[in-house]
Amino acid sequence: MPDRRLPAATFEELALPLFDQLYNFAHWLTHDATEAEDLVQETYTKALRGFSGFQIGTNFRAWIFRILRNTFLTSRTGLKSTAFEDDEIEAVASTHPTPEAILIQQADRETVQQALTEMAVPFREILLLCEVEEMSYEEIAQVLAIPIGTVMSRLYRARKALRTLLLEKFKGGPSGV
Amino acid sequence: MACDAWREKLDAYVDGELPSSEAAAMGKHLRECTDCAADALERVQMKRAVAVAGKRYQPSLALREKVQRSIAGRPRREKAWVWRIVALPAALVMLLSLAVGLYVDREITRRQRVYSELADLHVATLASGSPVDVVSTDRHTVKPWFQGKIPFSFNLPELQGTDFTLAGGRVSYLAQSPGAHLIYRLRQHEISVFIFQDRGEETAVSASGPVSTMSFTVESWTKNGLRYFVVGDVGAQDVERLSKLLRDAG
Repeated sequence: MPDRRLPAATFEELALPLFDQLYNFAHWLTHDATEAEDLVQETYTKALRGFSGFQIGTNFRAWIFRILRNTFLTSRTGLKSTAFEDDEIEAVASTHPTPEAILIQQADRETVQQALTEMAVPFREILLLCEVEEMSYEEIAQVLAIPIGTVMSRLYRARKALRTLLLEKFKGGPSGV
Repeated sequence: MACDAWREKLDAYVDGELPSSEAAAMGKHLRECTDCAADALERVQMKRAVAVAGKRYQPSLALREKVQRSIAGRPRREKAWVWRIVALPAALVMLLSLAVGLYVDREITRRQRVYSELADLHVATLASGSPVDVVSTDRHTVKPWFQGKIPFSFNLPELQGTDFTLAGGRVSYLAQSPGAHLIYRLRQHEISVFIFQDRGEETAVSASGPVSTMSFTVESWTKNGLRYFVVGDVGAQDVERLSKLLRDAG
């Protein structure tokens, strides 16, 4: 998706408005304020250095988010987030609204945050990119460097995992996946 | 079961990723099938819950300054300084009011606040002696006028064959960031179109069709990293029609 910005736009003009979003994403990935700060700073440094290679007319936001994520993956915390295999998309589970589903709908902010914290990084990051950053599938595919089909199936599994986690919390069951 | 085919596409539908023809068919199906409609609603609510919960961490001011210093001072167009001088006092006021606003209520009234701010801008602009800084009905005049004044560019729709006319535009500010404010006329009404960079945090509102607020109708969506708002005292249908023209212009 083209990002129709001025050809003459400077790095600062493009990158600074994304600062809050990048930090939020970094903190979610690292679960640690200091690590998130380092990650954001490193991202800006790398992006600035690589800016000449950025193709004007392509999506800057996806480009810089991708740099942040790649930087995270090579960090100590990132390396610990386990490798991930995308399975074939499962048959669509019937999600008829049940009393549980209605409970999930009432999940408060803190419960959802807790559930997101407990999720595996690949699920957490794709949910954040889709729901918080409101990125299109195309943009998410660019950030995560995966095909759009994989975006869809991973998103499907992430949502399912979130639903399961929330349900466990409501049932007072054990937390953690 | 016949609904399985629909359910497979429900995620793409609530994510706004279905092609318009399929989305229209889905919309029709959802009006007829209560099971699928309930399912869609649950998915939308889940999306909303994650969107709210996911906006959790605020960077420190120290980090912002550090990053800003590290990337500032790069060669930039001279013109860009002009809007910065104008933007700074405006940004400080916005920052203060935002900081206070954030304490008062973070989530529930955020959408309302953004909308009232835009409604205020809309009213204040129309009440002023010179509502627009570039007066033109020609989109090819108005669009380039913004070049160098705001840090992004956008496309405007062709209005021939519609009953909308373009009156002109001006630079506006929302949550510290400069954007385009365009004024369209429809019959005796004026409609404001605001375009800002999508900052997620301050300007994010769920895009769920036109919403009425304080006698104004507002519609908002994001496209290509930009956040659009259409504000006017016309009916929801007219706001939607103009929104559609703008959406299709990109």
